[in-house]
Amino acid sequence: MDFTPFWITIKLAGITTLALFIIGVPLAYWLAFKPKKYKVMLEAVVAMPLILPPTVLGFYLLVFFSPENFLGAFFEEYFNLRLVFTFEGLVVASIFYSMPFMVQPLQSGFRSVPETLVEAAYSLGKSTWHTLVRVILPNMSGAILSAGVLTFAHTIGEFGVVLMVGGNIPGMTQVISISIYDEVEAMNYGLANRYSLILLIFSFLTLFLIYLFNYKNRKSLSFL
Amino acid sequence: MIILHANRKLSGANGPFELALDLTIQKGEMLALYGPSGAGKTSIIRMIAGFLKPDKGEISVDGETWFNGGMNLNLPTRLRSIGMVFQEYSLFPNMTVRGNLTFALPKGEKESWVDEMLDLVDMSAFSERRPKFLSGGQKQRIALARALVRKPKLLLLDEPLSALDFAMRAKLQQDILLLHKRLGLTTILISHDFYEVKKLANRVIIIEEGKVIRDGKVDEVLRDPFQ
Repeated sequence: MDFTPFWITIKLAGITTLALFIIGVPLAYWLAFKPKKYKVMLEAVVAMPLILPPTVLGFYLLVFFSPENFLGAFFEEYFNLRLVFTFEGLVVASIFYSMPFMVQPLQSGFRSVPETLVEAAYSLGKSTWHTLVRVILPNMSGAILSAGVLTFAHTIGEFGVVLMVGGNIPGMTQVISISIYDEVEAMNYGLANRYSLILLIFSFLTLFLIYLFNYKNRKSLSFL
Repeated sequence: MIILHANRKLSGANGPFELALDLTIQKGEMLALYGPSGAGKTSIIRMIAGFLKPDKGEISVDGETWFNGGMNLNLPTRLRSIGMVFQEYSLFPNMTVRGNLTFALPKGEKESWVDEMLDLVDMSAFSERRPKFLSGGQKQRIALARALVRKPKLLLLDEPLSALDFAMRAKLQQDILLLHKRLGLTTILISHDFYEVKKLANRVIIIEEGKVIRDGKVDEVLRDPFQ
């Protein structure tokens, strides 16, 4: 059994999760605490990948990333980075595709932290950044875990976007879900079954652990 | 000296009303805000703290302007020298008792001051506990100590004892009085408890629908409801 598609998938999911955490924290913070204009529109844009067929998202990204067009040309010229049919392109596409899975749990996490805790920190002379790092984020660890694990798991299950933007290049952009499809096409049902079973067990364990952690967390919070 | 000259539109149970204040508070005073719920008492404290922006007016403390509507100046909360105690404790659950106090310690201050504060509120034995393992009274003593770690000019107490039982209340009233005197604080206290106001405050203001109805020494302004 070739494990390369697994490693590519895990690497993709890991980098995507990390990048989305860095992007998602300020974005979710803004959406949760600064209810100004454009908020509703931005929320809708962030949630789009939930209902948009992945092939549609993949198609547009493919068009935008193409070196013929502005965005693709910009990345190629200034960063020497080609985003179509490369691993880097997959990372950028996955960031868009998995964004709601990071931003939405973080947004509700931010809202779940009692306002008086935040006000108490400000009244003690602390800056917004200090309050975020020392008070807000540590008191929404359940939401951070959910966001991280859901983003990771959702990226693992990508198919349509990856196929459109990354193609199916073994050892470079061939992730596990595409390998399964390939093996079924080639009528290698045994291998497809083994790949699938691993993904099935992984998905179940992921969700089981999140629910277990959140259940325990809720129990300990009820002491407050 | 604190100058509190501010207006702000508020909405209450009987419709909108305007909070209109023109007060001067002397250094070292313990001022009680007394009056029915929804009269605007908490809004006053929130305006001083910088959580609620007045529509117009001026707030200054010891010559330092915290808010000036005309100059469009509104100092952020973190730059106002305040200590605040909320009704619902608001201790950080992710930190120990000591952690909560150390968090409040300004840069460069010695940690021995945290120990001193813990001693002052008689909570040294609980310093390594998490807030969830403390009683209501213990939590509020920590909240009080935490508010004073940065040695603020102004202590703001928003019904800090209303969730506590009688005995614990009495103990905390002593703590508040002791700390107020010892640290030379100027304190503003919101309370619904007649005896608490009488015991702690040297000046009381009765607020109704955003207006100061009476202002003066406690004995002159408040009459014992049971006499």
